[in-house]
Amino acid sequence: MSGNGNNGKGPLLIAEGLRVAYGGIQAVRGITFHVDEGETVALIGANGAGKTSTLRALARMLDPAGGSVRYQGREISALPPHRLVHEGIALVPEGRGVFPRLTIAENLAMGAFSRSDKAGIAHDLDHVYGLFPRLREREKQLAGTLSGGEQQMLAIGRALMSRPKLLLLDEPSMGLAPIMVQKIFEVIRTVAAEGMTILLVEQNAKLALETAQRGYVMESGGITLTAEAAALLHDPKVREAYLGE
Amino acid sequence: MDILFQQIINGLVQGSIYAMVALGYTMVYGIMGLINFAHGEVVMIGTLVAISIVTLLVQSGMPPALAGAFGVAGAALVCMALGWSLERIAYRPLRRAQRLAPLITAIGMSIVLQNLAMMIWGRNYMTFPPLIEKTQYEFAGAAFTSVQVMIVVVAALSMSGLLLLVYRTRLGMAMRATAQNPAVAGLMGVNANRIISSAFVVGSALGAIAGVMVGTYYEVAHYQMGFMLGLKAFTAAVLGGIGNFAGAMAGGVLLGLIEALGAGYIGDLTGGFFGSHYQDIFAFAVLILVLMFRPSGLFGEKTGDRA
Repeated sequence: MSGNGNNGKGPLLIAEGLRVAYGGIQAVRGITFHVDEGETVALIGANGAGKTSTLRALARMLDPAGGSVRYQGREISALPPHRLVHEGIALVPEGRGVFPRLTIAENLAMGAFSRSDKAGIAHDLDHVYGLFPRLREREKQLAGTLSGGEQQMLAIGRALMSRPKLLLLDEPSMGLAPIMVQKIFEVIRTVAAEGMTILLVEQNAKLALETAQRGYVMESGGITLTAEAAALLHDPKVREAYLGE
Repeated sequence: MDILFQQIINGLVQGSIYAMVALGYTMVYGIMGLINFAHGEVVMIGTLVAISIVTLLVQSGMPPALAGAFGVAGAALVCMALGWSLERIAYRPLRRAQRLAPLITAIGMSIVLQNLAMMIWGRNYMTFPPLIEKTQYEFAGAAFTSVQVMIVVVAALSMSGLLLLVYRTRLGMAMRATAQNPAVAGLMGVNANRIISSAFVVGSALGAIAGVMVGTYYEVAHYQMGFMLGLKAFTAAVLGGIGNFAGAMAGGVLLGLIEALGAGYIGDLTGGFFGSHYQDIFAFAVLILVLMFRPSGLFGEKTGDRA
């Protein structure tokens, strides 16, 4: 995958005053955050805090109600949604969103839909199959027949096939058995170690903060706390509210 | 026995035409959930354009078969442009409207197109010039013509071409992905507008070919011919499971067979009280029965989305 593992290279993504509204109800109330190149940032918070809405607004699955999103120094909140993948932004949506009646190989090919460099695509397919050997074994199977964990692997693999610079992960652990969650997060750490910039939304705050370098805590549409991930893990308020202690 | 075999042949021919038209309904429905009721009129326009082109070329001395090829190509081009424009002008502005709005618009567009055709080609029945020499064959006591053979062969070729497009090309894969999850397909870089336009264009091209088939088969055409044909093909699409390609093909052929056999035997069954001109009853009885007892159609699938 692309990226070079150099941390602290400056921000890849800056969101300022980002707002998302459904009808009259504000789900995200003008939040400001950034993701530096090569780092993994966790966005944690309770159900309904606005985490998923934030990610969807970044990937333009919904239109932000206000604020700005700058990516590589450029304003992107006005780009048509299907252009974002060309800019290097890939979202693994909540609930996986695999194409159930496409085969695994076809799902992965869809991930590379924005690309035309055949050799590069073949190389990345090999890489994805290396991360998830199970997908290679079931290449010809329809994605709808996979287990939830395998579908999550496929969704992550599919996102990687676009060779993104910024990977947005929405609740990758949702609904999975603990052993599968471990596997998925192992891969996320591997991909991060290869230099990928990751913005991770998770309800499992402990897992997210153990994976990320920095974290933001969201509460009813706003960011209430931000710090190094390790500091958040030891913050009494976070421990009480999100780590069940 | 003779009539059975005869009616099966007739049903297969009529069914191939229904299948070609049904694919147009099912492609658009599969991708955007819209029943494009103006599709029958697109087919009608295809027939009338082909008549104009073929008549003109034959009069200027071109051999009918070659003129027919130009007729098909011309009809296909006009219908593709028409299908594209329909979506662009009538349906796209309503993409986010309530479901009823595009449906009523579709019925409106069907009336607009009928009137447009009436203004261009007039109210009278038009004769479709013969494209190939009509030879009669006999097999096991049943008669069939070279025109019927041509219709079945062209339909089979066109539908194989469509399957290749849908299952073997990048565009086809993007179409299937968009039908299954448009939002996620967008994340992959698929421009949904382009896919929707493609569905209209490809469906209209098949409709144009079907229009030429209808014209050569019945040898007449008329500005209102698209209405009943469209309804029957829609019935075929619902019978097969709307949104499903194999379903549209199988539904078309099946509906053709049901109609032909129904028309062949209705006289005997009712002691001569109803004649074969009641054949339309069968298509609509099928529609009502399917909607009552199996609304998802024969091939309709409960989608296998697992959590």
